[in-house]
Amino acid sequence: MGIIKAVNLAFEYIRRDEEGNVEGITRAVDGVNLDIKEGDFVAILGHNGSGKSTLAKHLNALLYPTEGTVFVDGKDVKQPENVWDVRQTAGMVFQNPDNQIIGQVVEEDVGFGPENLGVPTKEIWERVEESLKAVGMYEYRKHSPNKLSGGQKQRVSIAGVIAMHPKCIIFDEPTAMLDPNGRKEVIRAARALNQVEGITIILITHYMEEVIYADKVYVMDEGKVVLQGDPKAVFSQVERLRELRLDVPQVTELAYELKKGGLPLSDGILTMDELVAELKQLKQG
Amino acid sequence: MLKDITLGQYYQTESVLHRLDPRVKLVGTIVYIISLFLVNNVWGYLVAALFLAAMIKLSNVPFKFMVKGMRAILFLLLLTVVFNIFLTPGEALITVWKLTITKEGIRLAIMMAIRLSFLIIGSSVMTLTTTPNNLTDGMEKLMASLRKIKVPVHEIAMMMSIALRFIPILMEETDKIMKAQIARGADFESGNIMKKAKALVPLLVPLFISAFRRANDLAMAMEARCYRGGDGRTKMKPLIYKKADRIGYGVLIIYLIVCLSIGKIAELAMGIILGIMMVAA
Repeated sequence: MGIIKAVNLAFEYIRRDEEGNVEGITRAVDGVNLDIKEGDFVAILGHNGSGKSTLAKHLNALLYPTEGTVFVDGKDVKQPENVWDVRQTAGMVFQNPDNQIIGQVVEEDVGFGPENLGVPTKEIWERVEESLKAVGMYEYRKHSPNKLSGGQKQRVSIAGVIAMHPKCIIFDEPTAMLDPNGRKEVIRAARALNQVEGITIILITHYMEEVIYADKVYVMDEGKVVLQGDPKAVFSQVERLRELRLDVPQVTELAYELKKGGLPLSDGILTMDELVAELKQLKQG
Repeated sequence: MLKDITLGQYYQTESVLHRLDPRVKLVGTIVYIISLFLVNNVWGYLVAALFLAAMIKLSNVPFKFMVKGMRAILFLLLLTVVFNIFLTPGEALITVWKLTITKEGIRLAIMMAIRLSFLIIGSSVMTLTTTPNNLTDGMEKLMASLRKIKVPVHEIAMMMSIALRFIPILMEETDKIMKAQIARGADFESGNIMKKAKALVPLLVPLFISAFRRANDLAMAMEARCYRGGDGRTKMKPLIYKKADRIGYGVLIIYLIVCLSIGKIAELAMGIILGIMMVAA
């Protein structure tokens, strides 16, 4: 079994009117099955309201499943005694950088998680140092988070999660509120954690460019997983993705259009280099 | 503009007082304020003034920052003085129309003025040398015993530090909403007080909604990082008394004793000197 395994997971939001009567039920997550291997970089895609954030909140026991369940490192999130273990194993980075920093100094914020876990003082300092170094924010440790850029704040949030020594980090649209530079910073930090530290990364996003390096991609629509596979397999289905109101990376789209125009290119080209190589080959051949 | 507001008026510099444990400074301020209200003679005030001067010198904070705090209470100070001068019964000095200035009134007015200004300057020495964060930590630790009677000490301290963290963010947000509303033709400047107050509604409503949304997000982020109240939590920066802190408490005790007994000592000394002079004569 992988580090995260969801079995027939479903979650219903119950809408109530002012008297508390049930007005309607929205099935935000509907029968999702996931099996994520330890050490993988997994991306979950979907347009707004597809249920991807709701799914993410189940992976570290912030929401309680209506049906089915999730196992995090073999622990059932439905068992109340597992909640803190699950949250320590699967850390979470949220969308708004301002609303997830608790400390008034960078280092204090990174220390917040270990403090909650009851880690001894000396070890907290070691963890804070190593976490801040891992995201390249060590020289800012004495700064106030209010004076940092969005990308830097998000890296501090990531450090705050790493300091709890998780096996897996869930990124819930971490770049949605950032400028292009901040986006690059955050994705670079996430990839480095995956490759250097071997931490499992689950990236929830609607920026396609962030997904091309993933080991596996899940596409969600109306609470269900509708497409899955490696990025090549997913992005070769350009028409299907458009139906789901998702874009494909620019290079992939260009290759797709060229192919439609008659050039014999292969499916699911993801990077500029790949496209250049194929075009060169065509020219020579 | 709103971003420039600094809170808790902490003054960043290096000094003995800055390094002192916040608990010592808190207790010290309380002791000092109590001493001000117990003292009732010139000698005691002299000791209090000397002590305050020594603390200001030790804090390395320019004196003008201390006086800044005074400006805010200037009106209160004047009011107290005026009321005391005219409303204290006693031996009349001057009577103008229905108002009588009494000897006791002047004495009391001067005393109150000194007390209030020392009180303000004394507490600003504390706030200028202690970061708000440190101060909350100190309060939490000092009041820890209140937990036994079910006072949620940790929660109060956590709320205070979160409030401090979010004040600049909400200030910025206010600024943003204000500009957005001005762009839509809102007028925050003109009109009388009622009109101005009404103009604030389109500012406050979005601000409150956003604050609640932030609170919700923050609560979730804290839970995701395993926050479950004060029990079983360790501290990254625990407060531990060092040698300087013990000396600090010692100085406080000496100050309190000297301050409260100097009146008697001075009286006694005067008596002895008088006695000697009489004998000599």
